Amino acid sequence: MLVYVIRRSMQSMVVLFVMSLLVFVGVYAIGNPIDILINPQADQMDRERAIAALGLDQPLWQQYFVFVKGALTGDLVRSVVHATSALDLILERMPATMELAIAAMLIAVVFGLPLGLWAGLKPDGIAGRSIMAGSILGFSLPTFWVGLMLIMVFSVMLGWLPSNGRGPTTLLFGLIPVSFLSWEGLRHLVMPATNLALFKLALLIRLTRAGTRESLLQNYVKFARAKGLRNSRIIGVHVLRNIMIPIVTVIGLEFGSVIAFATVTESVFAWPGMGKLLIDSINLLDRPVIVSYLLVIVTIFILINLAVDVLYSALDPRVRLTDARG
Amino acid sequence: MSTIVPAAVEGATPYAMQSPWRRIVSDFLANPLAVFGLALLALIVAAALLAPVISPQNPYDLAQLDVTHGKLPPGAKAPGGGTFWLGTDDQGRDMLSAIFYGLRISLMVGAVSTILALCIGLAAGVTAAYFGGRIETLVMRIVEIQLSFPAILIALILIAVLGQGTGKVIAALVTIQWAYYARTVRSAALVEKRKEYMEAARCLALSPARIVFRHLLPNCLPPMIVVATVQLAAAIALEATLSFLGLGLPITEPSLGLLIANGYQYLLSGKYWISFFPGVALLLTIVSINLVADQLRDVLNPRLQR
Amino acid sequence: MSEAILIVAGLRTHFYTRAGVVKAVDDVSFSVERGQVLGLVGESGSGKSMTGHSLMGLIDPPGRIVAGTITLDGRDLPALSAEEQRQLRGNRIAMIFQDPMMTLNPLLRIDVQMIEAILAHDDVSRATARARVREALVKVGIASPDERLTAYPHQFSGGMRQRVAIAIALLNNPDLIVCDQPTTALDVTVQGQILYQMQKLTRETGTALIWITHDLSVIAGLADRVCVMYAGRIVEEGSCEDVLARPMHPYTQGLLDSVPANNERGTRLKQIPGMTPSLLGLPPGCPFRERCAYTTRECEQTPQMRAIGGSGQAVRCFHPLIPLY
Repeated sequence: MLVYVIRRSMQSMVVLFVMSLLVFVGVYAIGNPIDILINPQADQMDRERAIAALGLDQPLWQQYFVFVKGALTGDLVRSVVHATSALDLILERMPATMELAIAAMLIAVVFGLPLGLWAGLKPDGIAGRSIMAGSILGFSLPTFWVGLMLIMVFSVMLGWLPSNGRGPTTLLFGLIPVSFLSWEGLRHLVMPATNLALFKLALLIRLTRAGTRESLLQNYVKFARAKGLRNSRIIGVHVLRNIMIPIVTVIGLEFGSVIAFATVTESVFAWPGMGKLLIDSINLLDRPVIVSYLLVIVTIFILINLAVDVLYSALDPRVRLTDARG
Repeated sequence: MSTIVPAAVEGATPYAMQSPWRRIVSDFLANPLAVFGLALLALIVAAALLAPVISPQNPYDLAQLDVTHGKLPPGAKAPGGGTFWLGTDDQGRDMLSAIFYGLRISLMVGAVSTILALCIGLAAGVTAAYFGGRIETLVMRIVEIQLSFPAILIALILIAVLGQGTGKVIAALVTIQWAYYARTVRSAALVEKRKEYMEAARCLALSPARIVFRHLLPNCLPPMIVVATVQLAAAIALEATLSFLGLGLPITEPSLGLLIANGYQYLLSGKYWISFFPGVALLLTIVSINLVADQLRDVLNPRLQR
Repeated sequence: MSEAILIVAGLRTHFYTRAGVVKAVDDVSFSVERGQVLGLVGESGSGKSMTGHSLMGLIDPPGRIVAGTITLDGRDLPALSAEEQRQLRGNRIAMIFQDPMMTLNPLLRIDVQMIEAILAHDDVSRATARARVREALVKVGIASPDERLTAYPHQFSGGMRQRVAIAIALLNNPDLIVCDQPTTALDVTVQGQILYQMQKLTRETGTALIWITHDLSVIAGLADRVCVMYAGRIVEEGSCEDVLARPMHPYTQGLLDSVPANNERGTRLKQIPGMTPSLLGLPPGCPFRERCAYTTRECEQTPQMRAIGGSGQAVRCFHPLIPLY
C-alpha cells in the first residue's frame, strides 16, 4: 500500500511539473510577462527592478527556475490591487471556499445517495420517477439564478436567512476560521452551500440510480437472493459495496469542480472565498492573482486525484498493488 | 405471376422488424415527458426566431423606451394601451420583449459554439482514431487533461487571458466543448474500427476519406447527437453564467444572463421580476433540451434496447 | 416408491415485453423425489433456466409466474408471502448458477458471503456459523479452508469458485438444489471432479437435484430421470436409461444425434435443421413441426403429453418414434 501511495505521489509530482510548465509557457512565452505580472502603472524604475527580480533578463530555462522558486516560497508575484503577495491573498481566502465546498458536498451526499438508491430500486414507481424528474431540474437550473431566487425567497420575502457574507467566524483548532461552529455563521452558510450542492446532488442521484440498477442485474445479487438473504442485507451490503466504488471516485473528482463552481456561488452570496477573489481579479485585470489562483487550483486538483486513487485501491480488493496501472 | 405475401406483412409490422429510424422515433414518442420537452423547445426556438414579429416592443429602440415607466410590476398598463405582462426593467423596457430578444442571443451563441465544437471535435476524434500512434496519444492526452478540469474554470481563465467579447465567449465555449466530442467520436470510432466491415472496406482498397465518411461517421452519429444535445444546454448555461458574472457578452448583446444580472440589484428591494422571468426563460430552455437529451440517450443506446 | 419432495404442476412463466408476451415456461409439470437427480435438458431458449428460476422465486419483472403450483414438501411456493419465500430460499431449496466468475460478490470476502447465508436462516452465533462454513468447504474438497475463508473471489480459480458456490448451497442442508448449468463454464477435468462430488454429496445427504443442462453426456452419468424441454414445454419425460436409449420425441432423437460420440467417425456430424423458434407470438400446434422430419397436418394441433407403457416414459408428439402400445 505504501509503495502504491509513493508511486502515485511521484506521478502527481510529474503532472504538477507539467502543469507548472504549461502555466509558465502561457504567461512567459505566449503572453508578455511584464504586462501580466507587473502593475501597468509602475514607473520605469519599478519595471526595471521587477524585471531583474523576476529574472526576465535571463534565458528562458533559468526564468523557469525563478518562477518555480517564487511559486514554492509563496513569493511568486504581488497583487496589483492589494499590494501583497498574491499567493498569501489566495491562501487567506481558501478556508472560506473549502468550508463552502465541503458543506455543499456533504449536502449532496447526504441527500443524493438515499434518493438515488430509492430511484434505482423502484425505477418505475411514482417516487422514483419524481426523483429522476427532479434531478433533470437540478441539472438544468442555472446555479447563479437559483442563488438569486434563494435570496429572494429566504432573505427578501421571508427574512429568515442573511443574503450575503460569511457571518462571524470561529477558529477551528485555533487555526482555521470557520462559520459552521456558530449559529449565526451556520445561518450564513446554509443558503450558499445548498445552492452550490444542487448540481452535484442531481449528479449523485443519477449516478447512484444507474449504479444500483446495474448492480441489481448482476449475478451476485441473484445469487445473494438465492441464498435467502434479507433485502436489507442485499441492498445494504452487496449492492451498496459495489456502487460505492464509482461514487467515491466521483465524489472525489467532483470536489474539485465544486471548488471551481464556488466562484459563481461566492459571487452571488458575496462569500469571501478565493472564487470571488478570482472573479474580482479578472474584472480588475489583477493578473498576478489569476496566475497564482491557477497554480493553487491545479495543485488542489492533483492532490484530490491522488487521494481518490488511494481510496479506490482501498475500496476495491481487485486493484492489486502489483497490477495498478499508472 | 403470383407474388407470395409473407405472413408477417399482413398484420402490424413486428417491433424488431421496423427500420431503425422509425423505431427510434416511435421509442422517443413513447415518453410523454420527452415529447413535452421537444414541444417546449420548438416553442422557445420559434419565439426566438420570431422575436421581432411577436414582441410588443423593440426593447433596444431607445425611442420606444421611457424611464418613467421603469421597474413597473408585471401586468402594469403600458402608455400605448398595451400591458407589460412581465413588468419593465429600470429603463422602462418591456421584459417580455427583452426576453424574446435575449433568447435569440443566448440560443445563437449556444448553437454556434456547439456546431463549431462539434466540427473540431469530430475532426480531431476521427483523426486520432484513424491514424492512431503518436497523433492519437497527443490528441487524447490533451482531451484527458482538459476534461479533468471543470468547464467554468477553463472558461474563466480563457476570458481572463483573451479578454471579453462575443467572439471570445464563443471561442471559450468551443475550447471547452470540443474535447467531449473528440472523446466520444474516438471511442465510437475505435469500436467500429475493430468490426469486420471496416476490415472488408480496407481490403476493398477504399480511400480513407470514403471509409471515414461512408462507414465511420454514420456509426459515430448516435452518441454524437446525444453529446451535442447535452452540450448545447451546457453551453447556454455557461454563457449565461459568464454574462451574469460580467465576464461574458458585452452590454450591447443582452442575453438572458445579462438580463438576470441587470435585475440583481433590484432583487433585494423586492422587484423580483427583472431577474425572475429571464431566469425562468433560461430554465425552460435548458430543461427542454435536457429532457430531449435524456430520452435520446435511452433511445439511441443499444445496450438499453429491450 | 419414495415420496416426492417437489411437485410442479401447470407452471407458466410469462415475460411481458414491449414487443409482446414471451411464454418462457408454458404449462410445465414434473416431480422430483427425495435424493433423486432430475435432468432438465434443452437448447438455450428452451425455458429450462427460467423453470429453475421460477422454482426459486427469482423471476424479475417484466416476467412473472402466471399459473401453476410449485409444491415443495407440501407447501405451494408462489402462494407464500415474500418473507416466507425468502425463508425457504437458500434453506430448503438452494441454487447454483452457471458462471462462477459472476455469482460471488467480488468485493466481499468468502467468509462474509458464506456466513451470511447461515445467519439469514439460523439464529446461531458467528462462531457456530464459521464452524459450519469450514465443514462445508471441506465437504466440497477445498483443502486448508481457514486460509481460503479470508480470501476474495478473484484470488480463486473458476473451479474453486464453483466449489464455494456449491458449499454455500449445501450450508443449510436443503431438500433440493437447482443446478443451472453449473459446469458449462469450467474445464472438462474440473467438470468431472465437480460432477463426482455432487453425486457423492447428494447420496450422503439425501438432497434432491434438478440439473439443468444442454449437455446430454452430463445427464447420462448423473440423472435418474430426464425431462426434455423445447420452446417452453416439456416434450419428453422418462427415466434416464429409457429416454437416452429409446427416445420417442424426434427432438430428443435429434439432440442425441448431435452428440459427437454417437456419430460414426469420418461421417458428417448430424444436426437438427433450422433454429429454435422465437417464443414471441408462437403459433399454436407443435412448436417443433418446422424442424421435424415427421410433420403432418395433424401437427398444427397442439399435442398433449401421453404416457407410454408402464415405464413412466411420456411424450408430447403425434408421431412418437416408437409406436404406442
